[in-house]
Amino acid sequence: MAAVLEPLCEGIDATDRRIVLATQAGLPRVSRPYHQLAADLGLTADEIMSRLQRMQRDGIIRRIGAVPNHYKLGFKGNGMSVWDVPDADVRVLGQRIGALESVSHCYHRPRHLPHWPYNLFAMVHGRDRVEVFMHVARIAELLGDSVRSHDVLFSTRILKKTGMRLLAE
Amino acid sequence: MTAQAQRREVETVTLDLLDTQIVNRLQDGFPISEQPYADVAAELGTDEATLIARIDALLDAGILTRFGPLYHAELLGGGLTLAAMRVAPEDFERVAAQVNAFPEVAHNYARDHELNMWFVLATETPQRIAQVVQAIEAVTGYRVYNMPKKEEFFVGLKFKV
Repeated sequence: MAAVLEPLCEGIDATDRRIVLATQAGLPRVSRPYHQLAADLGLTADEIMSRLQRMQRDGIIRRIGAVPNHYKLGFKGNGMSVWDVPDADVRVLGQRIGALESVSHCYHRPRHLPHWPYNLFAMVHGRDRVEVFMHVARIAELLGDSVRSHDVLFSTRILKKTGMRLLAE
Repeated sequence: MTAQAQRREVETVTLDLLDTQIVNRLQDGFPISEQPYADVAAELGTDEATLIARIDALLDAGILTRFGPLYHAELLGGGLTLAAMRVAPEDFERVAAQVNAFPEVAHNYARDHELNMWFVLATETPQRIAQVVQAIEAVTGYRVYNMPKKEEFFVGLKFKV
């Protein structure tokens, strides 16, 4: 076979790569979507399904499902809460905050001193800003004395929002 | 309401019961099976054709932005980061246009902070992130604060309606 498509890393080979390319924009909305993909790619449906299952098991696919536009669903309060906590505690604290229902993403990120002292990010969602501030107060309570300072950044405008193209064609 | 304020107002939609169930159910994962739509339809007490039509309509209306496998960018061998800039108000629109012109910029948000522009970079290789950051600094004349995640604690993206 011509080595046009090199494996990208241990977890994904050339065939996986073709499956990613064919599905990164979405899954076919037909009765048998995996059979449709198989026909498009010249593979068997069993191979498509077993590869998707393996990628899902390995975490390469986070999940198969839908991403809603939370603004349209009425979640108009979307705050990026940011926290300055001791680096030694960030893992324990991050796991605790990430488990909250009001938090969609929670990450440890680098500080940029002196302008940016925060190392823990938690995206908080609510119907409005009041609800977001209530969730943030709850987080502050959970973090307690570990917090040196925190802030909440609200988005005022979407400047760009496109689907992430993970692999180039 | 000014025209600008109107543009910023995002319309909230009211979903019927089945749409609500679909939006909630599809955030929980989708089967890998012969007829996955039929499987989910049966759970929700509807039929396959109705479910597919509803998903199409939810995507068309922009209520769902994606439906399919959600890939882990770094495990695919790609680069992903969050970056911010501190842009003077008089330069904001120019810089936004310059930043948005990079295909690697997936999302870009204005935020109410001294660091007022926040964007996500997604690249095919991790090395490419640094190149794009430098290119953005060169073209805009502003410093980019690169904040790649060091650790991820939870990615839920659960919006129960």
